[in-house]
Amino acid sequence: MTPGEGQTLLSARALTKSFPGTKALDGVDFDLRAGEVHALLGENGAGKSTLIKCLTGAIRRDGGDIVLDGRSIDPRDTLHAQQLGIGTVYQEVNLLPNLTVAENLMLGRQPCRFGLVSRKAMNSQAREMLAQYGLSLDVTRNLDSYSVAIQQIVAIARAVSLSGSVLILDEPTASLDRDEVRMLFDVVRGLREKGLGIVFISHFLDQVFEISDRITVLRNGKLVGVRDVAALDRLQLVNLMLGRELAEETRHHGRTGIDYSTEPRLRFSGTGRRGAISPFDLAIQRGEVIGVAGLLGSGRTETVELMFGAAPMDSGTVSMDGKALRLASPRDAVAAGFGFSPEDRKTSGIIGDMGVRENIALALQARTGWMRPVSLRRQRELAQDYIRRLDIRTSDMEKPVGQLSGGNQQKVLLARWLATNPQFLILDEPTRGIDVGAHAEIIRMIEELCTGGMSLLVISSELDELVAYSHRVVVVRDRAHVAELMGEAITSESIVQAIATQHGATATGQAAS
Amino acid sequence: MKGGAVRFLRRIAPQLVTLAVVLAMIGMVFPGFFEISMANGRLYGSPIDILNRGAPVALLAIGMTLVIATGGIDLSVGAVMAICGAVSAAAITAGYGLAATLALALGAGLACGLWNGLLVAVLGIQPIVATLILMVAGRGIAQLITEGTILTFSDEGLAFLGSGTLLGLPTPVVIWLAMGALIVLLVRRTALGMLIEAVGVNRRASMLAGVNARLLVVTVYMVSGLCAALAGIIVTADIRGADANNAGLFLELDAILAVVIGGNSLLGGRFSLVAALFGAVIIQAVNTGILVAGFPPEFNLVIKACIVLAILLVQSPALQGSRLLLRKGARLS
Repeated sequence: MTPGEGQTLLSARALTKSFPGTKALDGVDFDLRAGEVHALLGENGAGKSTLIKCLTGAIRRDGGDIVLDGRSIDPRDTLHAQQLGIGTVYQEVNLLPNLTVAENLMLGRQPCRFGLVSRKAMNSQAREMLAQYGLSLDVTRNLDSYSVAIQQIVAIARAVSLSGSVLILDEPTASLDRDEVRMLFDVVRGLREKGLGIVFISHFLDQVFEISDRITVLRNGKLVGVRDVAALDRLQLVNLMLGRELAEETRHHGRTGIDYSTEPRLRFSGTGRRGAISPFDLAIQRGEVIGVAGLLGSGRTETVELMFGAAPMDSGTVSMDGKALRLASPRDAVAAGFGFSPEDRKTSGIIGDMGVRENIALALQARTGWMRPVSLRRQRELAQDYIRRLDIRTSDMEKPVGQLSGGNQQKVLLARWLATNPQFLILDEPTRGIDVGAHAEIIRMIEELCTGGMSLLVISSELDELVAYSHRVVVVRDRAHVAELMGEAITSESIVQAIATQHGATATGQAAS
Repeated sequence: MKGGAVRFLRRIAPQLVTLAVVLAMIGMVFPGFFEISMANGRLYGSPIDILNRGAPVALLAIGMTLVIATGGIDLSVGAVMAICGAVSAAAITAGYGLAATLALALGAGLACGLWNGLLVAVLGIQPIVATLILMVAGRGIAQLITEGTILTFSDEGLAFLGSGTLLGLPTPVVIWLAMGALIVLLVRRTALGMLIEAVGVNRRASMLAGVNARLLVVTVYMVSGLCAALAGIIVTADIRGADANNAGLFLELDAILAVVIGGNSLLGGRFSLVAALFGAVIIQAVNTGILVAGFPPEFNLVIKACIVLAILLVQSPALQGSRLLLRKGARLS
């Protein structure tokens, strides 16, 4: 029934999908063989989840073909994809925690006697099903009485029994500990032996190397490459994900001209938060741009959330211009003259239903307090000024921000903080998912601002970009700051090197003070 | 400034039209409805009666609008009315002066609001559940205060708040108009309104922009409690007695309905207090209209439901969308 080992099981050709303002998938090809674990890698916004959603019918593709077992398919929704043979298990287990294990496994196809569910038959079938995975559980207990790892395996068992040829695992190990990961991988290897094609999405590179046979890398909605894991090392992989090919030696390096002898504007000493980011030291000068590099999940977003008071720190101190600073909430940070444009614009940045004018005035208003309203006239002046200066494309200043394109939303967020005239501005992935023109403008803006004396901290997955504007680059890996590059030492290659270096090994030579 | 006035009129136009239609319908059934007369320095007539009888719902709608704008809901306002009514009756019969009595009753309302606000903003309990607690418990608390009886009093000062005359209008009308004006000025002349709307649309983003969302949420529930206290005092003063079982019964639903008829989204965000107040008046006009039209009383609730359904259907985005589609379709063919 299943095709022989090594044969192509599922293939997608020239998949295309656009969302307003961005091209999420741009002519992407993807091949999955029977009996392989195929890792799908890429940073946030690279198009991984869009690709998966197109394959499972969760969204409709704009163009391209999907062929399963030699037949062209067009999944209408996830249920249809399941019937066709494509099953998916998500990071958040999508089962029903308050039903029993057996009910979860058999839901929708319970064995019946005289029109009633036969619990006995259901439980024994469920036990048999789990025995294939080397699990012997009390299937009559509620699912939530078991660990997340067991729940994952139950979810896999259900998906495999329903679909049976392609299994997509979307970040299945995100909330598992080491032993649980091993248990899950044993199950995955077992399924591979049986000839299933397994798509594995994860941002833990160690796990990718451990379990996968081949790797497909996406970047900005485009296919970057497909590689056999056996012929790939970490450095090459990180290069595929973030940078350019090693062969193209780049001559760019970071900027210099910052005087480090004076008292820094901001000093973070030993600040950290257990489980999020190990304690780190960072001093930031006037007019300095600090770049933060690291893969998704490395702790880079946790770093800036800590610095902005959005997540409480449980160790360390902060001082500004030599004076101690309390950062218990974003309000404290805003009062001290910080600004923060978060990675997830939609959920944490814009106030979608409100107009451009009010979105721009919001942080300033929050800082002056409700008793002293920013007058309507002043708000209009601000909006007009920034719409012109940042070239925000909107029909008028009252248009709800949610209706603007990603790049313009990003500019509105920038305007919101610039209106407060901040001392220190944090930008988390300011250029993600925006078009080329807006991209260049935002980079130019960053350079302008630091020339004016503002201190900036910018997270980006685009290494060329970091190299272009950073005075220093902090590299984050495994929830710790592992290297700091400075001036001449900042190149795409050195950043990739620092990101890819394994545990224990030291970053070679370029770590500055 | 001119643009603002135009936008404001456009915003409340549906409510104005609805009110006009409801009043016109009543006028057709009962031609003498609009007669207003002046006697003993006070205006009399059915329209005045609508404003007077609508006072409790109008007051509740003020607080409810703000709560809903933050993405919450306050189910406890009816019960808080009963508590505050009971407190005022108990205080006045215990010999406290009018000022002390009012302070106690309003303080009780603020305390109830603080309780709701803390449950929602600090403990993070869903608003509908958090305020359900006081909705159920509040009536019990009121019964404990009145000791299970209808606590009557004869203090003229307190009774004045329910049945007196101020500036030629029944006192309750003056109270809700004043409270409405005060809160509108408070939220629109300061930045409160904008901050409340921002929190209602996207709380996380607002907090990251430095907005003190927690304090704002607690504040709106306290305003709601204060409004409920005023409504409770009016109802109690009107009948010169505190009825813990019936004061404010089901009025939370009318208040929510007023906010919705006022075109405010239950999801939070943009709000219009004036439109919600028109909503309250529309509800009372429907109630009064059914009464004067002389239908048998058993028809009242069904007729009211039908009228409300009609109002909401006319305002529904789905229907407006389909009208748009029809028009587009017509142009295409």
